[in-house]
Amino acid sequence: MAVYKQKEVRPAPASTKGAIHWLKDNLFSTPLNVAMTVVSLAFLFWVIPPFIQWAYTDANFAGTTRADCSGDGACWVFIKMKLDMFMYGFYPSEEIWRLNLSFFLFFGLVAIFKWSKNIKIKFAAFNIYLLIATILFIGGIFGLEFVPTDKWGGLMLTIAVAAVGIICSFPIGIIVAFGRASELPIIRSVCITYVEFIRGVPLITILFMSSIILPLFFPEGMTFDKLLRALIGITLFQAAYVAEIIRGGLQSIPKGQYEAADAVGLSYWQKMLLVILPQALKVAIPNLVGAFISLFQDTTLVLIIGLFDLLAMVRITAADSSWLGMETEGYVFVTIVFWAFCYGMSRYSISLEKRFDTNLK
Amino acid sequence: MKDNNIIEIKNLNKWYGDFHVLKDINLEVKKGEIIVICGPSGSGKSTLIRCINYLEQFQEGSIVVDGIEVTNDVKKIKAIREDVAMVFQHFNLFPHLTIRDNLTLAPVWVKKKPKNEAIETAMKYLKRVGIEDQADKYPNQLSGGQQQRVAIARSLCKNPNVMLFDEPTSALDPEMVSEVLDVMIELAREGRTMICVTHEMGFAKKVADRVIFMDAGQIIEENPPKQFFEHPESDRLKLFLDQILSH
Repeated sequence: MAVYKQKEVRPAPASTKGAIHWLKDNLFSTPLNVAMTVVSLAFLFWVIPPFIQWAYTDANFAGTTRADCSGDGACWVFIKMKLDMFMYGFYPSEEIWRLNLSFFLFFGLVAIFKWSKNIKIKFAAFNIYLLIATILFIGGIFGLEFVPTDKWGGLMLTIAVAAVGIICSFPIGIIVAFGRASELPIIRSVCITYVEFIRGVPLITILFMSSIILPLFFPEGMTFDKLLRALIGITLFQAAYVAEIIRGGLQSIPKGQYEAADAVGLSYWQKMLLVILPQALKVAIPNLVGAFISLFQDTTLVLIIGLFDLLAMVRITAADSSWLGMETEGYVFVTIVFWAFCYGMSRYSISLEKRFDTNLK
Repeated sequence: MKDNNIIEIKNLNKWYGDFHVLKDINLEVKKGEIIVICGPSGSGKSTLIRCINYLEQFQEGSIVVDGIEVTNDVKKIKAIREDVAMVFQHFNLFPHLTIRDNLTLAPVWVKKKPKNEAIETAMKYLKRVGIEDQADKYPNQLSGGQQQRVAIARSLCKNPNVMLFDEPTSALDPEMVSEVLDVMIELAREGRTMICVTHEMGFAKKVADRVIFMDAGQIIEENPPKQFFEHPESDRLKLFLDQILSH
């Protein structure tokens, strides 16, 4: 028999730390790994320097006309001169301050979300912001000139479509997900039918249906705004996907949570909204943001029903006789803008996940 | 219903599909009585107490709690759940809420108590179970024993007349069992009605007024603890006691 003393805690061996060790462990650990590292580096050397040369070293930034662009580099003068088109489409130039104001107010909203802990204040601020932005975008009251939606375009249209799609599809998706998990067979089958129908149809078809087929059913003389029809189509489309993602989250919640919520006396809606949904959403954040990023990119499809989003602006601006053949610069620019938005959403998703992580901090 | 009975269960029958889980259960519980239910797994003991607050539906028979009949009527279920609290085997705390919010959720939303009053009550009960200094943590930061004590405090917040315990110590590490049992013993001595499904025979001997043995969906034997443990009548109970007390 023996009794042992508790051992002291020792630091990990030094050979497991340091940059050289990291390289050896991760990049040059096996012959195959060495080969892959070399090939990857070679590929990067082949691609990146010429791109930098084209996009920056040889590029032209100064000037106002095509004649100011010389050499083999990119002609960013084109983007500079057409920036208003890319950002605001055909929005009347004397009204553009309204869009910029909405944009700056958005930072005010972000600040409120950052500093306020009160969920009621956040919710109210969010709704007030939406109302103000909508009024500023459309106008027609408070002495603001009405801007019809066929004047909308560029990045503002892309953001408007994506924002409306995300904001409206979210609550609908939640309700449909609840419906699919419901014990009532009629509600359940209605929700299943809706989801399965939408998921079986491509977004492009839904956009065609909403813009071409739907008006055939309206009485003569009754017209619906083209953008509004597209928004309804996109919202209904996205809601089905949101519903499925949230349903996945709901299924991950253990039965004990429902029982505990029942046992403490919560009603059905209290149970779902206070106990189940917050946990389900936390699980669903990565997939939800993934779906919203897809939606942001899918907004480019509105081009086919005659709305000119950011991507469509490349074709329009490059068709200008004094700027012919500028598609490359246009597409690179649009790519960077799309990437920035999607990467931002992706980072936001990661920060949300961290914020809501209540496991073993 | 007799005056001093708080729960009356009559001819209770329940099936899961074709499987007959509860067979003709009859049970009367007096106000302030401490009942311990034990039996092999699958004997229907958890199902029985879960019928009392309607977490499980039953097909035949009746249950009356504090004068309210347990039916699928939403109002009656709500009334019963305000009166009957339950502590679960796996604690079932809400992991997305702090300990304090776990305790105040139902008082604020169900009883519409002002938030600061609810917090005061919550802190009082957290103090009773000895973890008031953990109020700002999340459930997953606590040990199993602490979580179960929080769960007990949560169920106390509505000041229930009846407390149901569904194997409250069987998911705990051995070192944590006693801290939970201590809290339960203290509660038992306060005169609250308690029905505990548990295999903690020491607890049963110490505080139970009656011990019930269930097997295959029915009550086999029902006696005060002294008689239950020292002079078991049925062979099934003798075998059961042999097996759980032999080592």
